Amino acid sequence: MDSTIEIMMILLLLSDMALLGLSRLRTCISIVSFQGMLLGLLALVTQLGSLTPRLIMIAAASFIIKGFVFPILLRRGIREAGTQHEIEPFVGYITSVIAGLAMLGVSLWLGTKLPLFAAGSGTSLIVPAALTTLFTGLFLIIARKNALNQCLGYIIMENGIYTFGIVSVVEIPLLVELGILLDVFVAVFVMGIAIYHINREFDHLDSDRLNVLKG
Amino acid sequence: MQITSFINIILGLLLAPLLLGIINKTKASFAGRTGQPLLQAYYDIIKQLQKGAVYSKTTSWIFRAGPVVGLSAVLVALAIVPVGGIAAPLAFSGDLLLLAYLLGVMRFFTVLAALDTGSSFEGMGASREVLFSAIAEPAFLIGLAAIARETGIMSLSHMLPAAHFFSPEVVLVVASLLVVFLCENARIPFDDPNTHLELTMIHEVMVLDHSGPDFAFILYSSALKLWVLGLVIVGLIFPSPAGSFWPAPVSTAICGLILLAIIVGIIESLMARLRLLRIPQLLVAAGSLSAFAFILILR
Repeated sequence: MDSTIEIMMILLLLSDMALLGLSRLRTCISIVSFQGMLLGLLALVTQLGSLTPRLIMIAAASFIIKGFVFPILLRRGIREAGTQHEIEPFVGYITSVIAGLAMLGVSLWLGTKLPLFAAGSGTSLIVPAALTTLFTGLFLIIARKNALNQCLGYIIMENGIYTFGIVSVVEIPLLVELGILLDVFVAVFVMGIAIYHINREFDHLDSDRLNVLKG
Repeated sequence: MQITSFINIILGLLLAPLLLGIINKTKASFAGRTGQPLLQAYYDIIKQLQKGAVYSKTTSWIFRAGPVVGLSAVLVALAIVPVGGIAAPLAFSGDLLLLAYLLGVMRFFTVLAALDTGSSFEGMGASREVLFSAIAEPAFLIGLAAIARETGIMSLSHMLPAAHFFSPEVVLVVASLLVVFLCENARIPFDDPNTHLELTMIHEVMVLDHSGPDFAFILYSSALKLWVLGLVIVGLIFPSPAGSFWPAPVSTAICGLILLAIIVGIIESLMARLRLLRIPQLLVAAGSLSAFAFILILR
């Protein structure tokens, strides 16, 4: 079971690297959807011995919302905006991947330093993977101009928090987890509307141009 | 030192051009053609060896030395890489660095010979070759360093059989080495070995001015390079315990190489050549896979 979790964590880390290095929005959305499904399964795998209906519900909700609902909403955003690629990010793709490796290194170091997890999980990949996913999300929000990519960064960040929650609290309170999911769901919804309006106003999704609006 | 390890070198010398034939046959069968004969590379080499060489008056001894140095470098590399878990005759601790730099010497002299002709096309190809190999080399070395760190052995002959393929790190390294393998041997996502459009050529453009025996040497050394780098990958995928009876591990390794050649043929049939601007991105991705595996092993 431990090796299954390790492999899932490595897949999560690899998908982070792919997100940092790829420019095609459609592919990025598919990868984020894959991450969502992976994390839905992770919740079940970590608690395989004691499956409760509550846990299954959380896992299923996350699986469906992140794996299917978000991608549909985001793909619609792409279709309406008609953009396929991030044209000119603030940080280039090769630099982003190298930054991703640096973030992985920092996360591994942090994972050993956190007193919370000092016992038992010192060698496990879960905490570093969660931190790297969190950092990747933040990095995408900062380093990309395209509003859709920033929205993806937000979802990835939430994926990191979710992974972190799975290890830190054995039984995540249902309300908290559902609350986070609902927040993200609403956020993606609002961002979809914002993307639509940015696109209508400026004919592209470059959020950098919003600065023009300042008086 | 075993007598069998010399037989392995002779096998390499004899069978290396066959891999090119297998790749071409696979591509032909994907395209629905009959394709060239399986032994075409041998025919080419024999035919070229029987011809005379033509040298331009603008070239110096470097141009003539290029193919010879390249062939001798790859022959030494052949004596370093183990076949199917049987230690190579020149095995010593740290030989993985020598392997990387022997291939580097080969490339360096090919590039010098290309620059020596003074042709602008060859200069262009040389520039690309040097750029791509500069990015591919870290991927190769970090990948091997990860394996060395995991097994605690610095010699290819003992390191490759000791790695377990089913650990995730080794899978990452193998994926990265496969990209390096395609790049170093000028196969399709990086370079089209059949192309004759000067603007897109990399490896082929550098050897345009070589003729006769020199070109035979270049053909033969690129076949041997395919064999040597292929053995590193196959050695990771099918690690057989050292000391087992001779024919079994060696035939496993050779079947692995044939399988690798078929996989390369399939990749070449399914993919188009990448744009030149995208090639560094793919190589950096391979390098980051290696670095990722290395970080995972360090932890």
